[in-house]
Amino acid sequence: MSLRSAEGVPAAGDTGGRAGDRRTAPRKRKNFLGRQPLGLLFSAPYVIYVLGVLAFPLGYAVYMSFHDFFFTAPKVKVDRPFVGLENYITVLTDPAVQRSFANIGIFLLINVPLTVGLSLVLANALNRVTKLKTFFRVSYYVPYVTASVAVVGVWLFLFQQNGLVNSVLGPLAPNPSWLVNSWLAMPTVALFVTWKQLGFFILLYLAALQNIPEELYESASVDGGNKWVQFWNITVPGVRSASVLVTLLATITGANLFTEPYLLTGGGGPDGASTSPVFLMYQMGILQGNPDLAAALGVVLVIGVLLIALIQKRLVGGKED
Amino acid sequence: MKRFSIATRVLSVAALTIMGAGLAGCGGGASGGTADSATTAKGPIKIWYSNNEFEVKWGKAMVESWNSAHPDQKIDAQQIPAGKSSEEVIGAAITAGNAPCLVFNTAPVAVPQFQKQGGLVPLDSFPDGAQYIKDRTGDLADQYKSGDGKMYQLPWKSNPVVLFYNKDLFTKAGLDAAHPKLGTQAEFLDTARTLVKSGAAANAVWPSPASDFFQSWFDFYPFYAANSGGAPLVKDGKATFDSDQGKQVATMFQTLYKENLASKEVYQGDSFAEGKAAMSLAGPWAIAAYKNKVNWGAVPVPAAQAQTEGSTFSDAKNVAMYSACENQGTAWEVMKFATSKEQDGKLLAETGQMPMRKDLPATYADYFAKNPLYKQFAEQAGRTVEVPNVSNSVEVWQTFRTAYAKSVIFGNESVDAAFKGSAEKINQLAAQK
Repeated sequence: MSLRSAEGVPAAGDTGGRAGDRRTAPRKRKNFLGRQPLGLLFSAPYVIYVLGVLAFPLGYAVYMSFHDFFFTAPKVKVDRPFVGLENYITVLTDPAVQRSFANIGIFLLINVPLTVGLSLVLANALNRVTKLKTFFRVSYYVPYVTASVAVVGVWLFLFQQNGLVNSVLGPLAPNPSWLVNSWLAMPTVALFVTWKQLGFFILLYLAALQNIPEELYESASVDGGNKWVQFWNITVPGVRSASVLVTLLATITGANLFTEPYLLTGGGGPDGASTSPVFLMYQMGILQGNPDLAAALGVVLVIGVLLIALIQKRLVGGKED
Repeated sequence: MKRFSIATRVLSVAALTIMGAGLAGCGGGASGGTADSATTAKGPIKIWYSNNEFEVKWGKAMVESWNSAHPDQKIDAQQIPAGKSSEEVIGAAITAGNAPCLVFNTAPVAVPQFQKQGGLVPLDSFPDGAQYIKDRTGDLADQYKSGDGKMYQLPWKSNPVVLFYNKDLFTKAGLDAAHPKLGTQAEFLDTARTLVKSGAAANAVWPSPASDFFQSWFDFYPFYAANSGGAPLVKDGKATFDSDQGKQVATMFQTLYKENLASKEVYQGDSFAEGKAAMSLAGPWAIAAYKNKVNWGAVPVPAAQAQTEGSTFSDAKNVAMYSACENQGTAWEVMKFATSKEQDGKLLAETGQMPMRKDLPATYADYFAKNPLYKQFAEQAGRTVEVPNVSNSVEVWQTFRTAYAKSVIFGNESVDAAFKGSAEKINQLAAQK
């Protein structure tokens, strides 16, 4: 882009010919490296990281998904024939895979709106707290930085058959209990993940809230706007960019759900009711030695998440584009 | 400009998605591999052993003993690197070409996959390989032979699964703890009912209901082995469990779950050690684990009919040699040294696990005389069933586990339909190369 614009417009009074060529040659070299060649050096580590850790594995996963592929020792020569869409057909016709996508749909429907709503409301409240501000912020952030393995024990204590929640509910406790109930297992996992990640999303909103000028609230107050009017007409539009980010991140991390069903419901139980696509990828690719199928499932997941994210971007982002 | 902006955002979202999905394609790249001459090559080698504290102690002593006698062929030993499971770590090491020469904790279920990866050295390639294994382990070693007729693992130690019971809880329930009625599956069910209805235990037994492929080794499989006279899950390429014996065991467990004698929930910890369940299926490793925690007794896993010499699941771990090993001659010598009568005796004394040797009770008669608790396991070790050494073995077990959980644990399908469907799928998986 910079190269073309530099070449396209001749300097005023330029008569062309050899003299002109001589003058433009050094500029061409300079522009090939951009206006700030040193910038390339600074950005190189991240570019290399993106290419090596993100782009190459994705490309390789796509390659694997179209071949009969399995991992071998380095010097072992095996045929890895092109199989077209066979891996995709195998994966997409697998009832367990279909169910995992339905499960993750349920998860996202619960988790994403809850995450956006709760984190915005709580961030707004925390922003107005004057006493014990640090304590509250740290309290919400602690679950996020604590390993799932550690906090899962607490949730098991709460939601098991003889757990605290059922004790409180008494005769209203669900039967079968939360984590072994086909209808309630995934919503319980969604609640757990929402609670665990809330601290991070609250931080994002807190940062966004700092950008809303206080004068807007003062003006609204002078005009007679109550707290709800201020929240709805100033805060919500003011943090729209953060809402887009929170929605996208919650969707992406949610679609990649693995640890929570692995630990909380005994590996996607009961009877596959909380299995996620990534959990199946782990089973297929790592445990069962079918990385080609796992890659096909991964590619489908990436495409699905991209589509959902783009739709969300349109819906939540509004005209801010 | 607008198009460029959207493309940039799409790429950004894609990058985030990829990062999350963790589609890390692990290509090969490192050096390694195997050569025929390697089977005679001598020199330093690397080995991995389990991170179980007792095995670490044995492993360190074994390595020290070898190294002091072989300064030119030293062993560099370490515990298996941490991972979700040892098999994942070993599989990754094979792909990367940096697997050690020997792993003293190779799960038989993973061997077909490692073999397919080209990660294992057939032990028959050593002149005395097949004979050494036969002489040490006897006919039981046949279970470990791969589909191509070669031996890619040295049968090392087993943990024959028996039925542990909590004597205090049995007494509390009014049962005879010295002579528990656990001789048949019907007695087992009656005892389970008494334990729970009396309030002595919240759960009669609490096998993990998790979906992991290996969980069936500690609920269905030992009972099936006992009930079928020692039939493996797959024999001659065909699933065997879709039979009266298999369905009998499945129905028994189904009853346990239906009558709330066993929990369908995952327990974080050891339900037996913590008194949450009155019975448990475990091997001799549990003797040390339950010491001073549970006043326990142990009986053979019951079958439908009372029997004196029933079979059970072996829960064995073996030694395998990996193809990245350069000094395979030394590795083979170390294999033999570590599984010699002397070292097996030390392993037994240190870990309580049963070396896979012929006539184990007589070989270490002194030890079993001094440690009578272990004698039952030594006798049982001669009647163990291994996981079948077939293609796609992990997928085979996962298929079974999924069908079992669906029908037996959660009751969402009949046992007949679930076993029939999974048996057909397993037959196809086992037939693949």
